[in-house]
Amino acid sequence: MYRYDEFDQAFVQERTAQFADQVRRRLSGELSEDEFKPLRLMNGLYLQLHAYMLRVAIPYGTLNSRQMRKLAHIARTYDKGYGHFTTRQNIQFNWPSLKDTPRILEELAEVEMHAIQTSGNCIRNVTADHFAGAAADEIADPRPYAEILRQWSSLHPEFSFLPRKFKVAITGAPHDRAAVQVHDIGLQLARNEAGEIGFVVFVGGGLGRTPMIGRKVRDFLPEEDLLAYSEAILRVYNRYGRRDNKYKARIKILVHETGLEDLKADIEAEFEKIRFGILRLPDAEVRRIATYFAPPQLDPRAGTSAKVETRKATDPAFARFVAHNLNPHRVPGYTSVTLSMKPIGGIPGDATDAQMDVIANLAEGYAFDEIRISHEQNVILPHVALDDLPEIFDVLVKTGMAEGNAGLITDIIACPGMDYCALATARSIPVAQRISERFGAPERQSDIGELKIKISGCINACGHHHVGHIGILGLEKKGEEFYQITLGGSADEQSSIGEIIGRGFSSDEVVDAIETLVDTYLKLRSSKDETFLDVYRRLGEDPFKEALYGAE
Amino acid sequence: MKVITANRLIDGEVVFQGPEGTWVELIGEARVLADKDEIAAALALGAQAVAARLIVEPYEIDVIETDGRLEPARFREKIRAAGPTTHPALGKQARETA
Ligand code: HEM
Ligand code: SF4
Repeated sequence: MYRYDEFDQAFVQERTAQFADQVRRRLSGELSEDEFKPLRLMNGLYLQLHAYMLRVAIPYGTLNSRQMRKLAHIARTYDKGYGHFTTRQNIQFNWPSLKDTPRILEELAEVEMHAIQTSGNCIRNVTADHFAGAAADEIADPRPYAEILRQWSSLHPEFSFLPRKFKVAITGAPHDRAAVQVHDIGLQLARNEAGEIGFVVFVGGGLGRTPMIGRKVRDFLPEEDLLAYSEAILRVYNRYGRRDNKYKARIKILVHETGLEDLKADIEAEFEKIRFGILRLPDAEVRRIATYFAPPQLDPRAGTSAKVETRKATDPAFARFVAHNLNPHRVPGYTSVTLSMKPIGGIPGDATDAQMDVIANLAEGYAFDEIRISHEQNVILPHVALDDLPEIFDVLVKTGMAEGNAGLITDIIACPGMDYCALATARSIPVAQRISERFGAPERQSDIGELKIKISGCINACGHHHVGHIGILGLEKKGEEFYQITLGGSADEQSSIGEIIGRGFSSDEVVDAIETLVDTYLKLRSSKDETFLDVYRRLGEDPFKEALYGAE
Repeated sequence: MKVITANRLIDGEVVFQGPEGTWVELIGEARVLADKDEIAAALALGAQAVAARLIVEPYEIDVIETDGRLEPARFREKIRAAGPTTHPALGKQARETA
């Protein structure tokens, strides 16, 4: 995987020392809270309801066992024994004290991790497909490009004070697993007729209070133009993006207000000025960076495993795990395994220190030391031999990560909501837990099939509710929690924003409402292969509306 | 009825203004403010505590008394005063039952 070069190492250490000094000056009174707050946010440190919260970047979701052990150690030593994996491929610690954070950042720097650009109006942590470098359907590993973008954007002087935060996501396969169309810039790797690599480019996607699907600005951007074109987009945004109103400051609003064609023309004009300059990406540089992401040496094995088949025949839980939690690998005899961080009735995305240690051990023992964090808040071992699955599964069962529910109704994304978040209008985690319990019976979830429920505790949409097949938004009405339901959202290659189905539901009613929707789907589907989203797209909202509210 | 709440600077812990400008961790020990003047005086003490680097972001909240126990009126503040509802073993709620 990518190794810090000397520049990175020096930079992160310098930044850590700088922050240690800032904390010291805050505690000694040289800095006021107003002066200190932007500095702590630049280092990923928020103040939440109960305590500080530290957000640590996991660039393109890739970790090794040493890093995972360090996260476990931090959870154990400085926090309350757990961390929370987020939809932006970060991990959040919910209870660090201010005085400990410099030490935590030092410890992170020892394993080449940090919390820079996880906050603020800069280019944020670039996210990527969690099966990168492993998936059978992949055109190329997107992470080298994510890394190139990271290097270009890290502390880019021109782009440290953008009108608003800026998020980039990249996927290497035609099936988009990185939700690229709801990012400020979304990149989808593609090959042209000559077989060369390039990108489909989307601009102006985003969620929050004004959700929008990104608009395609290029069908094929040649690899060598990646940085120049990105820079052109950022320059246009930096120049024209609105700074007068925080809620209108994201590039999606600029796309909307300027119009796609005009904005495209602006970007292309800017691009023409710089495309042959220093940002042109030499092939040799791409190959050099790609070597850091070189896959492990995997010798092809038999495409099926007798061990797996035998165990499947006698162990239904294992069979379900195999049916749902594996993703096809490009090398025969291997697979990418999703460890479920969504136990039935549990907290989506939370991992204890002990679980993190187990994940590290598994990665080391069975998975070539590679770990991924998905934006769906699960953990992935990208390179695993099929024959090893039974042993891995046994460990997962003992440690609560064996639920065979990836992509199913209990694989819910939920933001921290009112249980932690200072901005929340309602809780999200308990709703996820109750839905998970309601639908947790294994046969029932398997029968329902693919169904993505996503829950946010306020309009900021950290839980991606707009792009849930069923989205739930927690609001407050007359002092009570109140939940609005959207249907038909999706964050793949056919992204769509969900539609509000009607009046919202109280906390007591919301799980029943979800059950009504699911039962309606089961009645309407033409076969087991027709998913919830398929049915919604085929029939529209009417039958669901009627089921919820009766004929009105 | 109101009390003043804030987060402690050094560790972020939720605190309430107690008697004589002290800062306490449990709402039961908070000083209850009856009128505008008391609130204004308490907020002035809060500003001093900010300047003294004890706390950040002090503000007033409504409280109610049920069965002799002081409780925030609003849902958000109830969670702040107790801890995450999803982790009964964490936060102040864990101490109260201990
Ligand atoms: C608990 C502390 C958090 C705070 C204070 C916070 C704050 C915010 C705010 C203010 C926004 C809206 C910004 C904008 O659109 O201009 C936002 C967006 C977002 N947050 Fe969070 N967030 C928190 C936690 C999380 C967590 C835990 C996740 C992942 C599970 C997350 C993922 C996101 C995502 C994906 C967006 C982007 C929506 C978009 O594209 O507009 N956040 N957050
Ligand atoms: S969606 Fe709202 S409640 Fe949830 S984490 Fe984001 S800001 Fe907090």
